[in-house]
Amino acid sequence: MIKVERLVKAFGRQQVLRGLDLDVATGSITVVIGRSGGGKSVLLRHLIGLLRPDAGRVLVDGADVTRLHGRALDEVRRRYGVVFQGGALFDSMTCAGNVAFPLREKLRLRAAEVATRVEAALTQVGLEGMGSKYPAEVSGGMRKRVAIARALVTEPEIVFFDEPTTGLDPILVNTIHHLILELHRKLRFTAVMVSHEIPEIFEIADTVAMLHEGRIAEVGPPAVIQASPNPVVRQFIRGEPERAEGA
Amino acid sequence: MTERPLPLALRPLDAIGRWAIAGVEALGRFGTFLGQALGTILTPPFKFWAFVDRIHYIGYRSLLIILLTGGFTGMVLGLQVYFTLVRFGSEAYLGPAVALSLIRELGPVLAALMVTGRAGSALTAEIGIMRITEQIDALTVMALSPIRYLVAPSILAGLVTFPLMTALFDAVGIFGGYLVGVELLGLSQGTYFGEMQSFVDLSDIMTGFWKSLSFGVIVTWVCTYKGFTVGHGAEGVAKATTDAVVLSSVLILVWDYFMGTVLP
Repeated sequence: MIKVERLVKAFGRQQVLRGLDLDVATGSITVVIGRSGGGKSVLLRHLIGLLRPDAGRVLVDGADVTRLHGRALDEVRRRYGVVFQGGALFDSMTCAGNVAFPLREKLRLRAAEVATRVEAALTQVGLEGMGSKYPAEVSGGMRKRVAIARALVTEPEIVFFDEPTTGLDPILVNTIHHLILELHRKLRFTAVMVSHEIPEIFEIADTVAMLHEGRIAEVGPPAVIQASPNPVVRQFIRGEPERAEGA
Repeated sequence: MTERPLPLALRPLDAIGRWAIAGVEALGRFGTFLGQALGTILTPPFKFWAFVDRIHYIGYRSLLIILLTGGFTGMVLGLQVYFTLVRFGSEAYLGPAVALSLIRELGPVLAALMVTGRAGSALTAEIGIMRITEQIDALTVMALSPIRYLVAPSILAGLVTFPLMTALFDAVGIFGGYLVGVELLGLSQGTYFGEMQSFVDLSDIMTGFWKSLSFGVIVTWVCTYKGFTVGHGAEGVAKATTDAVVLSSVLILVWDYFMGTVLP
């Protein structure tokens, strides 16, 4: 279980998170939605321990990752898989090399087992036989799939997805979402996803949390969010333009 | 509670104070970064293949520029020093003059400057791009130390390659001086090399060695640090690369002076 308590973060004078609270149930897919630049990725970077808050806590099964350092933080991170917005694939390695990297370096598996698991992971994301290509030689959608394969190959308990479908066409968006759903059913990880793919994410989320002005404006199952009377939520999920002042 | 605004007369002092604190903090981060890297070098696991890759990256790829600049530096030295020595009737000392200039001073400094321009800038750009494309964050969240994978192998490779590049620069430079002094200006081969053996001793070679070793640490430290702390986007990478080359070059010259005053 992940519990975010009164998280506050400012960059200079810009207040990004203003006392945010969020609970993520074990084994669920929780999607954080909200406007661009609203602090979704900042929240995610706090969850994975890449940013320290000004105040508040992030508890992962009781351990406060905002207070942990060094080996203690690494122990928590060993349970994580992260799919970054741009994939963050190592461009000096092939796709297979990228997927093999955490197996070799994090789990220290033997070469034969690494090869077997890499092949299986690439097949799982529909990229069998593409392992020898470099990230620069494959399409954006393929890069996202390699990133998903790399994040999941170590079978982590918790997986974070930072806008995994940004910049993809609608068919690829659905393909990636269904891939995540299928892998989630198979591997039963806890997923926290940041996205603004409306309405596609309602098909895969167990819980949707709407981030607005540094706080969670509303949280609940997709059906509740879709039927929400909250004007902020309604405006966002319907994609209504902002009204000009005084109009 | 809101802070009371400072009186106008105190504001310049406030600005100087803030600037000084920011400077000291930056220096602290810079020093801590080296401390972390050295600590990582001394603790297992040792990333052997990353180290070999960095030797290739810093050393092998700088070979051509070292051979070219070393050769021409020796030739220019040969030409200029010969015409100066001729005025005093001491052209027989051309060999030692070229060799001592190269081994003690020009070899370590110019080789370090050349490697900075060729490999140091590339190192900053590579790590900077890894930072802005979240590749370094990817390493961190895998519970793997980016310092161990990117910085420690580079510093170790700097320790190995800089003395080797300097030795090569010196050897090619001495041969360049030979080409001009002996083949072009007619000095005897025996005089050029014989006098060199009489005047150049181990302490001169060790001076050049210690200098090149320390330049290896300085350049890889500065260049990896600038890559790690890069700003945003392509502009940030461009600025970090320029800063790395400028700071490395200045530090090489400043440190060379201090080493020159300390070493025999």
